[in-house]
Amino acid sequence: MSDRFGEALDRITRVGGVLGALLVSAEDGLIVSDALMEGVRGPAVAALAASLARRCGLVAGAADVGVIRFLHLQGTDGILTIVPAREGTLLVSVGSSEMNVGLARLEMLRAVEVAP
Amino acid sequence: MTDELSTLADEYLRSPRSLAFLDLGERLRTEGRLEAAVRVTLAGLEHYPTLSAAHDLYARILVDIGDLDRARGIWLRLLERDPRHAGALKGLGCLDYWSGDFDGALDHLELALSADPTNRSVVQALMLVRDAADTADLDAETGASSGQHVFRGLDGAGRGMLLADRRGRTLGGRLETPDRGDASEEAAAYLAAAAREAARTARMLDLGAWEWLTVEAGAANLHVSAPDERSLLLVTRDRSVPAGRLARLAERAAEAARAWLEGQQL
Repeated sequence: MSDRFGEALDRITRVGGVLGALLVSAEDGLIVSDALMEGVRGPAVAALAASLARRCGLVAGAADVGVIRFLHLQGTDGILTIVPAREGTLLVSVGSSEMNVGLARLEMLRAVEVAP
Repeated sequence: MTDELSTLADEYLRSPRSLAFLDLGERLRTEGRLEAAVRVTLAGLEHYPTLSAAHDLYARILVDIGDLDRARGIWLRLLERDPRHAGALKGLGCLDYWSGDFDGALDHLELALSADPTNRSVVQALMLVRDAADTADLDAETGASSGQHVFRGLDGAGRGMLLADRRGRTLGGRLETPDRGDASEEAAAYLAAAAREAARTARMLDLGAWEWLTVEAGAANLHVSAPDERSLLLVTRDRSVPAGRLARLAERAAEAARAWLEGQQL
């Protein structure tokens, strides 16, 4: 599956402001595949994204709003976005505060939808 | 002796050095046979002196006996070895609650929930303590409003706007779900944990200070933000409301929340 996502990860990293994209195991926060710019700490991004997705999943469950499709964490200096993918994985992108979130979101959702 | 207890006792007697003592000790405790529970558990601890579950069981038996100080000591020592031991955290939370220390109880139970998010008994204990803490707060605040009117006049007030403190206690507003009705308490509990994780993630990934979080889900979108340093705001709308408009709505709700919180401090 990681190979199938390789091209998608590259496409996501071409979106303005994106510093890296990763396919992450949702359960243990380990990297399955990645496309990262230099300086991006992939393992930390993967672990924290998985943990955050779990916590937000509990909120979504309590609010009874169904399965998470897209998650956006906004920081003063950067952005983290997460899309649950198949087979217990998460598609994650991290970027600067200039990141084009709308385009990154579309690429991420498209990547998940077209994955066999 | 009940059938189940008899079965557990037989299993224990067949292999007294096995871990069967845990189930038997727990069963004896819940049936109120505390002396037997102590004997079985202490015998088990001779074989497994470092087994956290056995120490946790022994502490709970001591609570039932009424020896709260020794129970507290056991749980504190357990936490020295394993700071995220959910049983010890829950036990200490209950001891705090019984002594009237609601803040301490909430701290311990929040940590217990963080260590074991699916533990229903911890969730129930948290709800109980929050209710007690809220009642105490209201008793202390003469003339304070109940928090039901924080978002008065805003679209969705009363069903999709929830204000909570950083410990996961509801402050005002209400979150309703189609199937379960009022989900405010549970959502507030998980909201606090999610916000802490968001802040930690932003800090550790050099994303700066956490500003807000949006979640698009199958049936609705969520927006989580912090009106001030002590509170959290959850706004939810169905998916017909775009994320950008939801963010605007959340900003207005945050302003209302700040005004209400300032009023509470007068």
